[in-house]
Amino acid sequence: MRTVPHSPLEPTTLAKWFAAILVIGYALISLIPLVWIFMTSFRTPEDAIAYPPKVVAQASAIGYVNLFTTRSRVSAEELAALPPAETWYEGLVREQQMILAGPSRFSDRYLNSLLIGFGSTLLSVVLGTLAAYAFSRFRVPGKDDWLFFILSTRMMPPIAVAIPVYLMFRNLGLNDTHLGLILLYTVVNLSLAVWLLKGFMDEIPREYEEAAMVDGYTRWQAFLKVVLPQAATGIATTSIFCLIFAWNEYAFALLLTSGTAQTSPPFIPTIIGEGGLDWPAMAAGTTLFLLPVLVFTVLLRKHLLRGVTFGAIRK
Amino acid sequence: MKPRVFTQWTPPATAVPAANLAQAPGAALRAGGPATGRGRLAARNGLSDRALAWLFVGPTIVLLLAFNIFPLLWTIYLSFTNFRANRPNAEIGWLGISNYQRVLNDEAIWENMRTTAHFLCTSIALQLLLGFALALLLNRKFRSHSFWSTAILLPMMLAPAVVGTFWKYFFEPQYGIFNAIARFFGASGNFTMLGDTQLSPWAIVLVDTWMWTPYVMLLLLAGLRSIPPYLYEAAEIDRASEWTKFWRITLPMVMPFIILALLFRSIENFKMFDLVDNLTNGGPGSVTELASIHLKREAFEKWRTGYSSAFAIILFVAIYGMSLVTVRFLDKVKQR
Repeated sequence: MRTVPHSPLEPTTLAKWFAAILVIGYALISLIPLVWIFMTSFRTPEDAIAYPPKVVAQASAIGYVNLFTTRSRVSAEELAALPPAETWYEGLVREQQMILAGPSRFSDRYLNSLLIGFGSTLLSVVLGTLAAYAFSRFRVPGKDDWLFFILSTRMMPPIAVAIPVYLMFRNLGLNDTHLGLILLYTVVNLSLAVWLLKGFMDEIPREYEEAAMVDGYTRWQAFLKVVLPQAATGIATTSIFCLIFAWNEYAFALLLTSGTAQTSPPFIPTIIGEGGLDWPAMAAGTTLFLLPVLVFTVLLRKHLLRGVTFGAIRK
Repeated sequence: MKPRVFTQWTPPATAVPAANLAQAPGAALRAGGPATGRGRLAARNGLSDRALAWLFVGPTIVLLLAFNIFPLLWTIYLSFTNFRANRPNAEIGWLGISNYQRVLNDEAIWENMRTTAHFLCTSIALQLLLGFALALLLNRKFRSHSFWSTAILLPMMLAPAVVGTFWKYFFEPQYGIFNAIARFFGASGNFTMLGDTQLSPWAIVLVDTWMWTPYVMLLLLAGLRSIPPYLYEAAEIDRASEWTKFWRITLPMVMPFIILALLFRSIENFKMFDLVDNLTNGGPGSVTELASIHLKREAFEKWRTGYSSAFAIILFVAIYGMSLVTVRFLDKVKQR
């Protein structure tokens, strides 16, 4: 039988099967941690520390209840003397020989993350869009130097930046304030925003604005009504990348906030508690914290490469 | 090419109605030609392009000056003093370069550097190998390959601090899933990844590799897809073996992407803090104390601000130098 020469671009069926099995195998293994943390969030603290680890366990909402509440331990007699639990979650708390003491700080930290994330994203994308347009269209003196400088700010380890910023914030009264972190994240994200958006702007043909200006638009009007709509995808992509950075940032948040303005990343490791055993609560916090990022990653998959390489690879 | 030609075009005053001259300043400015009558036109237009350019770039530059240049200069100043941030009112003494001398003569710092170098080299080597293999396999475009590549990419977008926290749970020797899997495959399971001085440097490498292999895969996949098909077709005609095709076409063509991945990963891992701070916090002892972890201890636990400023500057210079060398190398490879 004559073998049919296959195109070098079209691997044989066997080669494809081989590739598929290996890739899917890797993907499944690499997803174990995420699946496991999700499963842990629905377990009881006892099941979470069972030996050997249970693959299947009774589902429970204790992790989420513990995540959002603070509780105090009471004796069995005291517990028996109490009136029956009013809500389902109070029941879950009592099952652990504890009574409800109040809400935890998790929701505050989560809201802080949202506020600081959206605030800094808005600022850095607005400023970044303007700067990127200027770098893309005008002759700015020392343009390449500025662009490289903007990039090189990312080479400084965050802890090194945090030393003077800590002192600066202390003098300005910005330590542990939302405004302080918003400003700082804005600056850190600016480098990404300017580089990414410049790439997107460069791809918009100049003829569009030129034509608009021939029709009597000023440059500002042309920028608003012609360039911005064309750059919408780029701006959306950049926004999500800035948001994810601010959402995930840990070092600055750890060193520059302690209470009022603390975001989720420095808070989540502290959920485990003093006994070091409340893993379901930590897993619940982690799940709620990671879910938005996972959704955005899937939405962004086409532009991921561009974002993570500062626009160096555009595909 | 087209836009360039277009912008160099100066409208002849007679042929064009006056209103259309609105675009003249921009064209003249960009093309570097004499901007005749800019004042008059700018007045019509509201703002000249030059003014608009500064208005657009200005806020960004001001913020960068305030939050990057100024702190950097301050760090450089502090690195020559004995300032301690927990004693803001104490008199600041000028030490000259002695902080730098102390940093460079400090045995602990060199130990950190060795730890960092070990982490950097092993994690990046593993990620390159695994990432390249995955990219080659994914490039065979089997059905559902794009779904699985998205699935593989998920870990790299997560918060490293949170990743460090939940891996700590997986590494628990009794109830952690990592040891359980090791036991399942017949290993003794009586080991503690995070408590053992031999194992914990590998624990951080493992988690970093789990998180960042997708990144390398993504870059190299783009590299593989950028190779023009005719090269392989030509090789096929010459009856080149798969092996030859890989070494003579695939690898050289992907090389710039490999170097780019190397550059981005080494900058990131040199700065590594979040993940390791939560996973091992530098321990046990100081076997996983990377440069950034040590810096945090010196600056924010021992409050040796001047000394740690000097260390910060040295780190910055090292990262900057490493990046410059890599970029040079990248240019060389690209020119070939």
